[in-house]
Amino acid sequence: MRKLLPFLLISLVAFIFLGRLVYLQLIDDSYKEVALEFSTKKVYDYPQRGYIFDRNGELLVANQPAYDVMAVPLDVEPFDTIAFAEILNISPERLKNQLRKAWVYSPRLPYIITPQLTKKEYAYLQEQLHKYDGFYIQKRQLRDYQTNSGANFLGYIAEVNQRDLDRNPYYQSGELIGRQGVESQYEEILRGTRGVKYYQRDNFNRNIGSYENGVFDTIPKKGKDLTLTIDLALQAYGEKLMQNKWGGIVALEPETGEILALVSAPSYDPDDLVGRKRSRNYTKMWYDSISKPLFDRGLQAMYPPGSPFKVFTGLAALQEGVVGLNEKFSCYGGYSYGRSDRMGCHAHASPVEMISGIAYSCNSYFAQVYRRTIEKFETAPIGIEAWSKHMKSFGFGNFLGYDLKVGRKGRIPDSTYYNSAYKFKWYATATLSNAIGQGEIETTPIQLANAIAAVANRGWFYRPHILKEIDGSAIKDSVYTVKNKTTIDEKYFEPVIDGMHDVYKYGTARYLQVEGIEICGKTGTAENFTRIDGERKQLTDHSIFVAFAPKDNPKIALAVFVENGGFGARYAGKIASLMVEKYLKGNISRTDLENWILTHSLEEEYAKPYSGEEFKINQ
Amino acid sequence: MGWATIYSTTLAEEQPNVFDTSKLYGKQLLWIGMSFFLVIIILSVEAKFYQRFASVIYILALLVLLGLPFFGKTIAGQTAWYSFGSFSIQPAEFVKAAAALAIAKYLTGINVSLKNFKNQLQVLLLMLLPMALIMLQPDAGSALMYVAFIIPLYREGLPGIYLIIGALIISIFLTTIKFGAIYVSLAILLLSIIMLYFKRKSKPNYALPFLVVALCIGFSFASNFIFDKVLQPHHQDRFELILGMKSDPLGAEYNTYHSKVAIGSGGLTGKGWLQGTQTTGKYVPEQHTDYIFSAVGEEWGFVGSSLVVLLFCSLMFRFWFLAERQKSPFNRIYGYSVLSILFFHFAVNIGMVIGIFPTVGIPLPFFSYGGSGLWGTLILIFIFLKLDAKRMDL
Repeated sequence: MRKLLPFLLISLVAFIFLGRLVYLQLIDDSYKEVALEFSTKKVYDYPQRGYIFDRNGELLVANQPAYDVMAVPLDVEPFDTIAFAEILNISPERLKNQLRKAWVYSPRLPYIITPQLTKKEYAYLQEQLHKYDGFYIQKRQLRDYQTNSGANFLGYIAEVNQRDLDRNPYYQSGELIGRQGVESQYEEILRGTRGVKYYQRDNFNRNIGSYENGVFDTIPKKGKDLTLTIDLALQAYGEKLMQNKWGGIVALEPETGEILALVSAPSYDPDDLVGRKRSRNYTKMWYDSISKPLFDRGLQAMYPPGSPFKVFTGLAALQEGVVGLNEKFSCYGGYSYGRSDRMGCHAHASPVEMISGIAYSCNSYFAQVYRRTIEKFETAPIGIEAWSKHMKSFGFGNFLGYDLKVGRKGRIPDSTYYNSAYKFKWYATATLSNAIGQGEIETTPIQLANAIAAVANRGWFYRPHILKEIDGSAIKDSVYTVKNKTTIDEKYFEPVIDGMHDVYKYGTARYLQVEGIEICGKTGTAENFTRIDGERKQLTDHSIFVAFAPKDNPKIALAVFVENGGFGARYAGKIASLMVEKYLKGNISRTDLENWILTHSLEEEYAKPYSGEEFKINQ
Repeated sequence: MGWATIYSTTLAEEQPNVFDTSKLYGKQLLWIGMSFFLVIIILSVEAKFYQRFASVIYILALLVLLGLPFFGKTIAGQTAWYSFGSFSIQPAEFVKAAAALAIAKYLTGINVSLKNFKNQLQVLLLMLLPMALIMLQPDAGSALMYVAFIIPLYREGLPGIYLIIGALIISIFLTTIKFGAIYVSLAILLLSIIMLYFKRKSKPNYALPFLVVALCIGFSFASNFIFDKVLQPHHQDRFELILGMKSDPLGAEYNTYHSKVAIGSGGLTGKGWLQGTQTTGKYVPEQHTDYIFSAVGEEWGFVGSSLVVLLFCSLMFRFWFLAERQKSPFNRIYGYSVLSILFFHFAVNIGMVIGIFPTVGIPLPFFSYGGSGLWGTLILIFIFLKLDAKRMDL
């Protein structure tokens, strides 16, 4: 028996070992993945980001190379710190500090010493670099803006942050991602597909050759070029006109819903957010809580629309059949309803019917027409619901669904809104301000522009959008190619459009006619308030204007908001008129008008609430 | 001499694993080349010489070990090498053969019987002397190897009770660490009651079982103490990792973890010679010495690693067979010693690399880098082959 011990032991151990090997190598597959994870390193090859063009093929955004200076600390030989720091255009302390950080990160791995040198800095450095062992250049792509317009809708690119990484597993730390505007909206089209090379790495994370001779490697695919609906000339002109003013201009092509111009003022030069200066400039703008240059007023600002809204009040009244086209209302400098309630109006010819009511922008007329619309129904809540449905069919009161990331819903009140606002039973007169676009109504400039485009089209609109073509082929997204019908019949639009036409003939914008263009428009003046030290304080009215032209077969529809610009024709009307002329004629004949706008600043107006002193408005 | 085949095949398999740096590879090749001369020398020495001078060799070996603290070279905290230029020699590898010769010689002495307690003690002393000296280096792995001599001793008549006691101690120790002394004690009590219940008819003597149970429980509580107070923290880690009580792939478990990853990723046929991602990336520390089997597992897969296991087994079976056919007790005991030493290295090393045995620094014969290890093994084996060749000349 004693002889058998070795046999038993050897067999037992061999059996256990073979069993274990079967388990490790044949049954449990997890080790393969772990090994691959440990032993390979993916190195990405980034493609060129797609270019961005305007509707006329004008290049807006291209790419430029930038050069990161990298160092592998172990390879760095002692060198003249001061001379090298001078070449890199940083302080010697910073250079030393960066090298120290690189050591801490890893002595064997490359670390960024200074990021994103420009071409010029790089050219000089390249000649000198051979003197400095352990340093090398890594190229990367940055955006190269061919224009200084359109920062708000172009957006910018920046390194991904932790939130992007958590949300989208595609991205790796240090990669660039589109932020805001088109860069963000069409990120996946613009960025292309990165290529990947698998390298085998050792336990110190160093490359030790290609993995499996590169059979898993992929080639990068270039990002696609985008053609935007924007007309760069019009956009740039709009931004020029809006200098020293706050507000937004949205210009659309009614027959397609394409956004021709999307001006937000104040804005910034898109180049400010490229490369090394991005962080500093962005922080500065981020903390500018007064003028808010990062806030896209064309899309995000909610203003009371004011008188342009009368167009829709009129249309709803006609659709509901509560007013005849030639039915005249007298205006006694205002409209009294209730015991002591009165809505004021300005001086104009009286009495007025629909067309001249629009032309003169008569408050009394539209107050009464609105009241009839609501009171047609059994109760005010039912009336409001019906009216609200008409308004919402124009795209008011909800997100429009355009292809840019930011926006606001605006507000069209319905019965629920007033039921919770008023404890007791309420009547049409309580909501009378709606008639003239004040009160509870708020719209964004793009909503108003879109609604005017729907008027110009006599009852329908395409959802506004900024993308025209991808790599030269037109977009087919049904969201932007299916007509949205309003609830108003086509026949009711003609008289209202006539009224808007008369605005220019004899109405509130009679001095802003553009020669040779049949233009329709509507002025707007909206009261607005702010809070100073907890006290509600009225500010100078917003100047608002909507227009489309030509009257038949319209090519452009636009809405202009100028914050605290006074009455509608004062700033917004002039800007709208110049924009229309610029777009349809290409050049400006009324240089005196243009000059007036360019030389008039509203900065003083904007400083008033912050001056700490008493101020007067509407002067 | 048939083992030259095995030797050459192991050589072929050894190459990829030492190719890592040309220096180590070249050195090892030199050792291998020189080992042919060594083999010739060993084989040309008269077989009787080994038996006759066993005690002299043993004492010389002890002296060499003794000299280490004074003339030795310290590498990684162990004073275990004599340095000659760029080559170093680790005497502990050669002392194995000397100890095997000495034990064989002692047991063949007149009136020596392992049933005799005094003789048991003397054999133990023969084992303990080199063990203690190696422990001083310190090299726990090589010292622990002397436990393997229990196999030839058992073959030569050492009472089986020692094996049972040894097994009992190990199992109580391990289960106590894993489950705690109280549960283990309860289990022991329960087991003994069941056993006594089935034996109640034979009217057993209750005193002895009671004593055994008491000792077992006592040891169980003692093991807790030994584990916490006597063992070093890194030894505690090794036990806890194997018993699955903790997981620490970045710290104490790093070696074992990466070794398992390397072997596991080998799959059925492996990634091919020089293609192992983990091996070429040097993820497993000591992969050219103690952890060399991980490279075999990764690059040659299940086919290669199981072949290595089977080759070792057949080699050991062959030694078993050879040892049993010896007429001279000296030859048999020596053969058994060679077999046991090989077995210990094989079982402990591969067990450690595939993660079922605590980490013990001990090389895999024929595979691991190191000239002393190779020569030590060759000396062990070829002395036995010489003895075997001359087994008829009595």
